[in-house]
Amino acid sequence: MESATALVLNAVIAGLLLGGFYAAVSVGVSISFGMLDVVNIAHPAFIILGSYAAYIVNDRLGVDPIVASLVLSPLFFLLGMAIYRVYYLCFERRGQESLRGLAFFFGILFITEVALILVFGVDYRLARAAYSETTWRLGPVDFPLRLVVPFLVSVAMVIGIEVFLTRTFFGRAVLAVAQDALALRLMGVDTLRVKERAFALSIATAGVAGAFLIVIQPVQPAIGREYIGLVFAVCVLGGMGSIRGTLAGAFILGLAESFTSTFAGPSWAPAVSFGILLATLAFRPSGLFGR
Amino acid sequence: MQRFVSWLIGTLALLVLAVAPAFAQQPLKIGFGMSLTGPLAGNGKAALIAMEIWREDANARGGILGRKVEFVYYDDQTNPSTVPSIYSKLLDVDKVDLVVSGYGTNVIAPAMPIVMQRQLAFMGLFGLNVNSKFDYDRYFQIMPSGPEPAIGWTQGYFDTAMALNPKPQTVALVGADAEYPALALAGAREQVKRTGLKVVYDKTYPPNTLDYSPIIRAIQATNPDLVYVASYPPDSAGLIRAANEVGLKTRMFGGGMVGPQFAALKSQLGPLLNGIVNYESYAPDVDDKFPSVGPFLAKYQARAAKEGVDPLGFYLPPYAYAMMEVLEQAIKGVGSLDQAKIADYMHKTEFTTYVGKVRFGRNGEWAQPRMLAVQYKGITGNDLDQWRKAGHVTVLAPAPYRTGNVATPYQDNRK
Repeated sequence: MESATALVLNAVIAGLLLGGFYAAVSVGVSISFGMLDVVNIAHPAFIILGSYAAYIVNDRLGVDPIVASLVLSPLFFLLGMAIYRVYYLCFERRGQESLRGLAFFFGILFITEVALILVFGVDYRLARAAYSETTWRLGPVDFPLRLVVPFLVSVAMVIGIEVFLTRTFFGRAVLAVAQDALALRLMGVDTLRVKERAFALSIATAGVAGAFLIVIQPVQPAIGREYIGLVFAVCVLGGMGSIRGTLAGAFILGLAESFTSTFAGPSWAPAVSFGILLATLAFRPSGLFGR
Repeated sequence: MQRFVSWLIGTLALLVLAVAPAFAQQPLKIGFGMSLTGPLAGNGKAALIAMEIWREDANARGGILGRKVEFVYYDDQTNPSTVPSIYSKLLDVDKVDLVVSGYGTNVIAPAMPIVMQRQLAFMGLFGLNVNSKFDYDRYFQIMPSGPEPAIGWTQGYFDTAMALNPKPQTVALVGADAEYPALALAGAREQVKRTGLKVVYDKTYPPNTLDYSPIIRAIQATNPDLVYVASYPPDSAGLIRAANEVGLKTRMFGGGMVGPQFAALKSQLGPLLNGIVNYESYAPDVDDKFPSVGPFLAKYQARAAKEGVDPLGFYLPPYAYAMMEVLEQAIKGVGSLDQAKIADYMHKTEFTTYVGKVRFGRNGEWAQPRMLAVQYKGITGNDLDQWRKAGHVTVLAPAPYRTGNVATPYQDNRK
């Protein structure tokens, strides 16, 4: 029988590893929704697209799915640029982004799902990595590598984005767009270009998160919808547009889920997670790191 | 010339008269919803292929009541909320002659009120204990879970467990928050009462859970002799992987996992399935008991390969075909589409189908349970072809199909 200490330690590790994955799937929404005010409800569809892209490369070439996703991320970046350009021309420029823009992204969500079904069928797919079935043990604590590797890459990616946004000129321009796009335009900055690239960055992160997902569990085209609530909850909990808030929110929800599953019963996990979200918003409406 | 024209007209008239009976009548339309997208679409598409094969076979036999059979179906998206509108449309707009169910408990249950309101005979495809709440005398179900489905479904697992020496004392029950797992767990609780086992863990989890290791650790902390799981494909995969990662120690693990029956998970999980005790509806190891399934699977597999659907088709497709065979035989036996007579005929008749003899009990379930309790053994690598041969699925129950004994404890058989 496992001791209470071992259960607690394993719950902490499992929560952090899960939080790392949640951060990867949420950071893109934090950029698009939190900073750019683009309600990209299709974000989970791009995650699933990333899963299938990693799956193809893994299946055909035997390349590690996460390495494949990093190599493919420029393609997702370009896809993001193209989608934002269409969104801007059709909706944002005309001031119709609120409802019609939302419908546009819903459309992308469904079209992506149907396209994946037509191409890949409806069976569950899982990418194999060399470490998929390996678990490191440190005393009583388990470190399943199918969660550890995505966690490490995810944390590196999120910290990299935070550094990029706070330490580079372009990154600061993105933050400035988030704060006051009009002021930026008055200073002669091409805000369209800034937003286009920032949105593209968010789609690139979705592609990488998709590879994490297909390493962690089998994926089918419609599975992304299950994560819509979660990704928005992480962003709101952390504070809209705050990357470090997203990371903190992801870890909090990961830990909450892990501890609830271990000690109270897994069916309570969503209630506890959203309870934490509601309680946080009651005391800090802008989220943990929101301004 | 005039004689030739007369001869031609006469010949044409004869031809028209000869083929008229086949075309004069409207086609016989059978309507249903099917999961073509969503989490269970893999099963839904596999079932649809089997039903299409039956339709072609039935039409090659001259149709039913001299009418060509047509299907009218819609994608239920594996979403129960879409089902009532689909069946209303089928009956009111498409004017189908008969309806059958889509795949699974979750989409059969929401069709029941409409079917009952119209007093239709209704064949269900793998619904677990759906009729327990409705008690509808025109409901029939092709999954061989027996007259008490919840108990019959779990019978093989618990009979096998209770035959262990020494007898197990404790059990952990875990399943997803969804219709099928809830019913399967209810059956498991009935078995617990029957056997006197002590429940040390009884919890459910949300279907979108990503990491199952906290659940497996919580179960391990209770040190159960048995772990009974009722899950859908993604959670089955998650739980099996977590059990391997955590190093779950128990005597028997599995029971009601949906997923390991399908080629996708068989291939993806490979040796991780070793030692798991679960259920199957067919296995090459008992091929001699299912003489018609082999030829059917040859037809099915050729199509499934083209359509990117479950390339083995062991679990659902033979039964989807058999469901339609039952309906065909019932209509032909009655000689009309009178729903009351069809239902009455189905209650009284033993049907000969691809999956064997089928007789229904009072509640429309199989009169005798026949779901196979199995244990996966000796699986190496992820090659799918190994599953096409006998030797990897030991049938533990029911007795007439038994091919070997259960190997315990679970952890010794994992690799």
